[in-house]
Amino acid sequence: MIHRESGLLKTSYQADMALYPLPIARWAVAAIAALAFLVVPLLLSDYYLSILNLVSVAIVGALGLNILVGYTGQVSIGHGAFMSVGAYTAANLATRLDAPFWISLPIGGLMAAAVGAVVGIPSLRIKGLYLAIATLAGQLIIEWTINHVTWISGGVQASIEVPRPRLFGMVISTQRQMYFFLLVFVVLAIVGVMNLMRTRVGRAFIAIRDQDIAAEIIGINIFRYKLLAFAISSFYAGVTGVLYTYYLGIANYEQFQITTSIDYLAMIIIGGLGSVLGSVLGAIFVTMLPIFLRITMETFGGLFFSSGAMLNIIPNLRLIVFGLLIIVFLVVEPEGLNRLWRNIRSYFRVWPFAY
Amino acid sequence: MFDWQFAALLLSNGILIGLMYSLIALGFVLVYKATDAINFAQGEFVMIAGFVVAVAITAYGAPLWLAVLVGLAGMIGFGFGLERVMLRKLIGRPVIAVVMATIGLAAILRGFGPMVWGAGTKSLALPIPEEPIILGPLFIPPIQLLGAAVSLLFLAAFSWFFLRSRRGIAMRAVADNQQVAMAMGIDVERYFGLAWAMTGIVSALGGIVWGNLLGVDVQLSLVGLKVFPVVILGGLDSIPGAIVGGLIVGIVENMAAGYIDPYVGGGTKDFAPYVLMIIALMVRPYGIFGKAIIERI
Repeated sequence: MIHRESGLLKTSYQADMALYPLPIARWAVAAIAALAFLVVPLLLSDYYLSILNLVSVAIVGALGLNILVGYTGQVSIGHGAFMSVGAYTAANLATRLDAPFWISLPIGGLMAAAVGAVVGIPSLRIKGLYLAIATLAGQLIIEWTINHVTWISGGVQASIEVPRPRLFGMVISTQRQMYFFLLVFVVLAIVGVMNLMRTRVGRAFIAIRDQDIAAEIIGINIFRYKLLAFAISSFYAGVTGVLYTYYLGIANYEQFQITTSIDYLAMIIIGGLGSVLGSVLGAIFVTMLPIFLRITMETFGGLFFSSGAMLNIIPNLRLIVFGLLIIVFLVVEPEGLNRLWRNIRSYFRVWPFAY
Repeated sequence: MFDWQFAALLLSNGILIGLMYSLIALGFVLVYKATDAINFAQGEFVMIAGFVVAVAITAYGAPLWLAVLVGLAGMIGFGFGLERVMLRKLIGRPVIAVVMATIGLAAILRGFGPMVWGAGTKSLALPIPEEPIILGPLFIPPIQLLGAAVSLLFLAAFSWFFLRSRRGIAMRAVADNQQVAMAMGIDVERYFGLAWAMTGIVSALGGIVWGNLLGVDVQLSLVGLKVFPVVILGGLDSIPGAIVGGLIVGIVENMAAGYIDPYVGGGTKDFAPYVLMIIALMVRPYGIFGKAIIERI
């Protein structure tokens, strides 16, 4: 990841597929883990940890969406709704049956996976644009159902309060405890995706993305693998919804509308389609962007605008910058932040020589 | 006892609203037909056009004809510029790239309109009577009649354009096969620009009639969400399909709102067209009039 190698000397497929290409990679990963688990929570205050917690939730969701869009090549504008399925399943389990989080979380994920697979059924017959619109329909229909069926959404403003998660008799309530809680899931999600893509299933996904008719001809059961991609991706989305619900302490459908689906798509586009590091970078980038913009505008905007105008400008400016970034990345660097990072690395690989 | 008057009222209202949906869907179809690009910002086009016309009237005191002209000219320029700056660079890229680019564009427009012209709802007055025309059991608001008329006019105009005019035939050639069209001496990029400009015209008129009906603010862009069921039902690349799809969606959503809403507590209007669309996708993925795509490796 951040180490320099002295040339690519791989001689076997095993070496090429290895998670740690060099011994030093283990140290790099260990260093990042130490940074994330020990240094960061000791140094940062609650406010910054709360931002990092939002980032953590976003990373899990972005990784899930990238399995579907980046690795399998199927567009989905319905991930916000899949997250809400997980969120409401877990919230109902937690409030009605007193289920602890380690039961409600996987069940929330599985429920989202089932719904996601159903929404993915049209992907057998249609693709590309038509599939995008079909998943958009899935988003709107799920949203409407949750909002209108009070048995699911619990009545008042379609929101359910959930108790804080407990682990070994300890209630996870502060931002710092939440940080560790969420970080565990981030690690699990990253390791899960990296390993999934090294298996037969992952290779089938990539084959379908690259050329689905050719993939079918070499014997990949397209229907099964497309549905599997939808299911796995939605499982991640469901888990994201559950984590977000536990983080906020409330399940609310307003957190899972079309704009959420689009935010997550923006994360993987800006980060880089079909890349784990890209999902992480994109999630960090898109989550931090509104916070960064707000702070910048609050610091410097007062020089140019009155405070009344600022109230109108800040949320709209966020939309404009967000849209501009998506377009700029699509036009200038379609492979996203991941590619930029690789460019930097390959520059330093041979530094101080040009090539 | 079945209430025929109520049904007739819902039906007539559905037909008129449906034709107004068709007007917006027409913009979507034009772009898809000529350039294979999917415009997820169609609703925002309509919103921006509504903003321009409404602001020209209320803030600058322009007469209506001038405001409409400014709106039309602005949207034509916007269409050409957009193609030049953004979409030309995305030709030949995967579907998701174009989809996301127009979603990004939608975000920009949704931020830009309220930021520059203020977030409050603006009224867009047209010199037509407010009171509905009463025809037996039917109540017909004049603005819906106007919208439907504009929509039908454009259907006729574009049908003529594509079937008879030299440019229309060239545009069909571009849509059919870009390389061959280029080899025959057609300036493909210019026709892409023209298609976006035509979408600009349709959106400007859509913005005027819908802006009058709903008032101009960010919510106006939500009209764009209705475009998808319309074009999927009719077929993405078919102009008569946009009209038929619009009629189906308008009638279905009015019927659903009239008959199902009392039992489920509202919101069926936004929900029913999408259910219909999912069924259509399963049965006829390329719509009623759409062209089936044959894929080769």
